[in-house]
Amino acid sequence: MDFNELIKQTRGRRSLLQALGVAAVGISFGGLAACSKQGGKTLANGEEAKLNFYNWDTYIGENTLDNFKEATGVDVTMDLFDSNDVLFAKFKAGNPGYDVIVPSNDFVERMSKAGMLLPLDHSLIPNKRNIDPAYINVEYDLQRKFSMPYTWLALGIGYRKSKVSATPDSWKVLFDSPEYAGRIAWLSEAGDMFRLFGKYLGKSVNALTPADIATIEKMMIKQKPNVKKFHEDDGQDLLLKGDCDVVLEYNGDIAQAMVEDKDIDFVIPKEGSQLNSDNLCIPKGAPHPKNAHAFINYILDANVDKHITETILYPTPNTAARKLMPDSYQNNPVIFPPAEALAKCEYARFNPELQPLYEEAFTRVRAA
Amino acid sequence: MAEQDWKANRRAFAAVSLPTLFWIVLFFLVPMAIVWLYSFGENRGLTEIEISGTLSNYKRATEWLYLTIFGKSFAVAALVTLICLILGFPVAMAITFASEKWRPWLLLGIMLPFWTNLLIRTYALMMLLGTQGFANKGLGALWEGTSWIKTLVGLQPLPTWEPVQLLFNNFAVVFGLVYVHLPFMVLPLYAALDRLDRSLIEASLDLGAGHFRTIMRIVIPLAAPGIIAGVMITLIPALGAYLTPDLMGGTDSQMIANVIERQFKKANDWPFGAALSFLLIYAMFALIAIQSMRRKVPEAH
Repeated sequence: MDFNELIKQTRGRRSLLQALGVAAVGISFGGLAACSKQGGKTLANGEEAKLNFYNWDTYIGENTLDNFKEATGVDVTMDLFDSNDVLFAKFKAGNPGYDVIVPSNDFVERMSKAGMLLPLDHSLIPNKRNIDPAYINVEYDLQRKFSMPYTWLALGIGYRKSKVSATPDSWKVLFDSPEYAGRIAWLSEAGDMFRLFGKYLGKSVNALTPADIATIEKMMIKQKPNVKKFHEDDGQDLLLKGDCDVVLEYNGDIAQAMVEDKDIDFVIPKEGSQLNSDNLCIPKGAPHPKNAHAFINYILDANVDKHITETILYPTPNTAARKLMPDSYQNNPVIFPPAEALAKCEYARFNPELQPLYEEAFTRVRAA
Repeated sequence: MAEQDWKANRRAFAAVSLPTLFWIVLFFLVPMAIVWLYSFGENRGLTEIEISGTLSNYKRATEWLYLTIFGKSFAVAALVTLICLILGFPVAMAITFASEKWRPWLLLGIMLPFWTNLLIRTYALMMLLGTQGFANKGLGALWEGTSWIKTLVGLQPLPTWEPVQLLFNNFAVVFGLVYVHLPFMVLPLYAALDRLDRSLIEASLDLGAGHFRTIMRIVIPLAAPGIIAGVMITLIPALGAYLTPDLMGGTDSQMIANVIERQFKKANDWPFGAALSFLLIYAMFALIAIQSMRRKVPEAH
């Protein structure tokens, strides 16, 4: 299938559903109520042939769930969430009945620390060998005790080539310069914004102090008049519609926009950036843990992940699947940025002390 | 009057109202009470909230930062209500005095937007107002036309068209909120104006008052209950608006509901979010109390 056609059918997993927060809750209530009632047949592993999957919107292959049912007989019910916060809020009062969830890296850490995740039995996930070793031993989940990587992303600057004087390869363009006044968009996520400002100031994203937050807050207030919008992860739409020309966004989202519009490009600033990764986990209290392991193993299969990647077009940590993809994906410098740029990027660790400080400081920035 | 006093028929009244009452208690009062309790709590670890009776959440919620956001939200909501009233009153008058044949169609026109989800309507507005949106394209075409006509008559052409900034600022938020809330204003106004005794208007006109004076001295005072109802029904949801400022606002367009939302999600500080919510609810209670007190005064005479 043509790469361009594929992309056109795809929308960012975080865009529309995010705004439809209320509806998303409705969807999942309905889904669970429908799936918990019926009895159904029992599998060889002693579990009923069911699995409840809680996933982001537009974040699975077109036929993956049907194919899984064909292969194993397990009926997957998929409900959708629109942000890690919604996911966490939902599990705060206990697992509402899900078997597999897809939290981002910092929430894997947060949920494992809060005792919400089940340790994975790696002997049931042999397809782990398909994963790039760089994604196996990660700080947020050492030796992948609780999670398997599903996709990963890097933050950077998406821009319209005809509207910039030079490649905006420094955070300065977004954070500390009036050059593109009124054409800049930031993310509305407080933690990401403060950490990236930290990167601009030459600090690790995980080494910020309350004093740094105060400094950064002043810098943000100074730059705010030049910023047009704090966007909810729909920066690629702002670029496409011509509302903004330099936006802070994830590489995967910009890669989608680049296919629709050749005038758009993406760069990871030279100061380095922040990485994100979405992970497959089994929450505690999952009704079908064995099916959940089988499902995770199935997703890590090279051909299955290739099909998923064809649909969602995010960077995959699955080396075997990547090798099956067309050259336009495999060697796309936006989807797979050069190693020297990635070397300066870090995962944000979960930090319960700083999170409320970020939020309050950002509320002050918005009110200033 | 033929109306029956409910006290004469307590059992029937109880039978009819019990399901509704049960519904309200179970799905409104109980959850609200839980949130109210949260507002006196503290986060313990990542998932636990301990109701410790602390007032620190309210103390933080009444800090200057949050008071200014409350103040700004109130100002925006009041402005939206005022614009809705100014726009909605003539519309309600027009519907009232329209012919029997037209009235249902006009009312349908007012209610038509409700058939579409608020989010879809907001996105439609964003497409209209964007830099490359229809409004800017239309203005740009007019500008080019004027420039062309000027060159025709031998004048200097106008400078090149620069798109007007219509989206992602406070103007867009007010515009969006007025658009969303206008039907809430028009419908109660129409209900009040429709009940109005037309002979009073005729008498006023016969006795020499002009149209404007008749409206100011006769129609508006008689429609006052409708105006007050319309103002309350517009002001309260506008005060709690969060989708419109989120999507259409700029960097300084946050309203209190956006701050509350972030406490429950990103900040994971439910007790503080609960305290902010309840400050808003207390403010609305105060508004409704003031309104009902005002209504009682004329009845006493």
